[in-house]
Amino acid sequence: MSLTITIDGQEIPFEPGQTVMQAAAEAGVYIPHLCYNPDFKPHGSCKLCTCKVNGRYATTCTLPAAEGMVVENKTEGVQADRRRLTQMLFVEGNHYCPFCEKSGNCQLQAVAYHVGMQDSFFGHFYPRREMDASHPDILLDRDRCIQCDLCVKASREVDGKSVFGLGGRGMRTRLVVNSESGLLKDTDIAKEDRAAHICPTGAIIVKRVGYQIPIGERLYDRQDISQVGNRQPALRLEE
Amino acid sequence: MVSTPVDVTKVDAILDEYRRDPLMLVQILRRVQAEYGCVPPAVRMHISRALNLPPAQVHGVVEFYHFMSSAPQGAYRIRLSDNITDRMLGNEAIMDRLCEKLGVKRGETRADGRVSVDYTSCTGMCDQGPAALANGLAVTRLTVTRVDEMARLIEMSAPLTTWPHDWFHVEDNIRRRHLTLNTEIEPGAAIRAVIKRGADAILREVQLSGLRGRGGAGYGTALKWKVCREAPWTPRYVTCNADEGEPGTFKDRVLLTGFADVMIEGMTVCAMIIGAEKGFIYLRGEYEYLHHHLLEVLWRRRAEHLLGADILGSGKKFDVDIHLGAGAYICGEENALIESLEGKRGIPRVRPPFLATHGYLQHPTANNNVETFVQAAQIAVEGGQWFSAAGTEKSKGTKLLSVSGDVERPGIYEIPWGATVAHVCEEARALGEILAVQVGGPSGAMISAAELERRVAYEDLPTGGSFMVFNTSRDIVLIAQNFARFFARESCGFCTPCRVGTQVLRRTIDKVVAGHGSEIELGEIEEIGRIVKGMSHCGLGQTAANPILDSLKRFRDRYESRLATREFVPDFDLDSAVAESRRLTGRDDSLAHLAR
Repeated sequence: MSLTITIDGQEIPFEPGQTVMQAAAEAGVYIPHLCYNPDFKPHGSCKLCTCKVNGRYATTCTLPAAEGMVVENKTEGVQADRRRLTQMLFVEGNHYCPFCEKSGNCQLQAVAYHVGMQDSFFGHFYPRREMDASHPDILLDRDRCIQCDLCVKASREVDGKSVFGLGGRGMRTRLVVNSESGLLKDTDIAKEDRAAHICPTGAIIVKRVGYQIPIGERLYDRQDISQVGNRQPALRLEE
Repeated sequence: MVSTPVDVTKVDAILDEYRRDPLMLVQILRRVQAEYGCVPPAVRMHISRALNLPPAQVHGVVEFYHFMSSAPQGAYRIRLSDNITDRMLGNEAIMDRLCEKLGVKRGETRADGRVSVDYTSCTGMCDQGPAALANGLAVTRLTVTRVDEMARLIEMSAPLTTWPHDWFHVEDNIRRRHLTLNTEIEPGAAIRAVIKRGADAILREVQLSGLRGRGGAGYGTALKWKVCREAPWTPRYVTCNADEGEPGTFKDRVLLTGFADVMIEGMTVCAMIIGAEKGFIYLRGEYEYLHHHLLEVLWRRRAEHLLGADILGSGKKFDVDIHLGAGAYICGEENALIESLEGKRGIPRVRPPFLATHGYLQHPTANNNVETFVQAAQIAVEGGQWFSAAGTEKSKGTKLLSVSGDVERPGIYEIPWGATVAHVCEEARALGEILAVQVGGPSGAMISAAELERRVAYEDLPTGGSFMVFNTSRDIVLIAQNFARFFARESCGFCTPCRVGTQVLRRTIDKVVAGHGSEIELGEIEEIGRIVKGMSHCGLGQTAANPILDSLKRFRDRYESRLATREFVPDFDLDSAVAESRRLTGRDDSLAHLAR
């Protein structure tokens, strides 16, 4: 007999060892997320994938599926709380969607649309964060960083370079760069690296390719993130 | 940035002392910080090369711990404890006086590099505050006179060793003894019991005693040890959580002072039961003054064959190292503690798996509180029934409480579980009319005077030991604000709801205190409090909203009396927003002001 959980009333099969997120994804059920990427070990920090599991909140990207689990994913209560979380992510950083290069391809923005965020609700924190434009090909704009750890993992595990790390703590948690100067130009990161392309927001972007696709015609301009997930459009790196 | 040449001879000596072991990173950086007053970027690079760690990891650790920094701090670093109890004892006046005398601003280093002054989270001296740390060493019972003298000594560059000794004197203040504090076991007695009766028999005694983790979570000790010993891989480890950072708690400090032998004996008993050969004491940085004392106890026990290669001829091997924290409440969370022991930032791990099977270096680890190990050693000697005779059905034995606040006799009270809050208040001789009692610290529960018959027990009010009494002269909103600031300062920053939510709660209560609040803010506190509680990754976030939610529920009228209006008022003040323009243009006439 196969193992199943239910998500919003729908029966979803799972293999032993799978997380709720993995089982859901395989069945085509979208659970909002930002720090989760199927290619990497889940981090569990953004908490957007929080669902009510058997009546209690749980982080579904790290929660192993278990027979008979009852998961609430799209209910209004859960979505409303995710909306607040998304608003928290917006106000703790400096996000300028109207003139951000990543607009339309940004998962944070897309998740905000998905959960129905209309305003920022909280007062903005306006933190002062350092921008690093030192590298010829790659821009690091910490204003847009949500500390998801994906670039850290991608650089370490895929690129074999360990260019990034998380430093600071609390509200001052920040991306630190692996060089004495703390600048990207003094690292061996290259624009072909996975780390240069994995950011779910616009914190790490490759320079000079940002407007290849006009705003309005981008991935999430056309479709809700629940339909397309976190597939990034391929960029032409060579001009 | 070009690195300035730094003499790394001292750094190399420190690295060698720690065998250039990357697991010792936090320990190494602590020492470097003490030596240089900071961890300069060039030294950071040197350490990362020596330990073969990515520079970003070393950088990340330096930035994580409160007691480390990249920028130089003063030759004298004075940190005033900022628990609510210190505040009630007048630490704000002390801070003002100190800053004034030294000509320094709080949170900054004086231009000549002589001194830096700031607040820090509770240093565990609530029964003898206002307290401080002077270059990491605990100072108690500060007064304005003492502060004047301190400023004078600092200006004279007087070494701390020449400061008056009684400033550093720490009292035990044991007020009430019960099973644990009345029982003296001879060093080695518990180990002999294990040798004589066997590990299984002693584990059964611990089971029979009903002992549960004394740090606050209350997990069954025997069960934890059993899971650990049954995990089919080795080596296994024993870790002692001596990182009591919960504001208002200081009972572990007293046990570490007077019962260190028994605690280490408890760790040894645990090691013999689970089959571990290595243990760690994770001592909070604020208790650095106890480090030497603990090292001495370890040395003596080694000499007496109570630790080492062949413990009392049993053929069993076990030894203990001490790791010091560096200012991080989160490291009292067991998963963060293990990360810190491994030389990393103290970020709580994702669970499952749990420490009992995947702890230190992903190996089975029995992590317990100081008090738990003390009581376990006593149970090994006196038997499970001796212990379980006291207490209630689900809370066996006794509990050490650290009582502070508005009481005549603050200090340590050992009570049988199940004692009422009223009883404890009476024993400690509460001063004035009780307004509220904070049981279990800010992460515990705040109860009102109407609930004093409630019981200190897992069934009702569980606690790690903090017990703070507030009388009617206190302002409940300011108490909640102090706790909200504490959590906002101590959130590790890993997960969104805690990292941002604790800030939102702090800002919202600040707004209410500033007189800009309305009913809308109170509703927001309730909503965000629920989200922070429900969605956070670890115990810190899950409890961070407790004091503000508890106080709002019980004392809503105190909040409402502070509201400017029942309607919304923006916390943005137009007139003060143009203050900088006024300053720059040198104008202060009526036209340069905006009516509110």
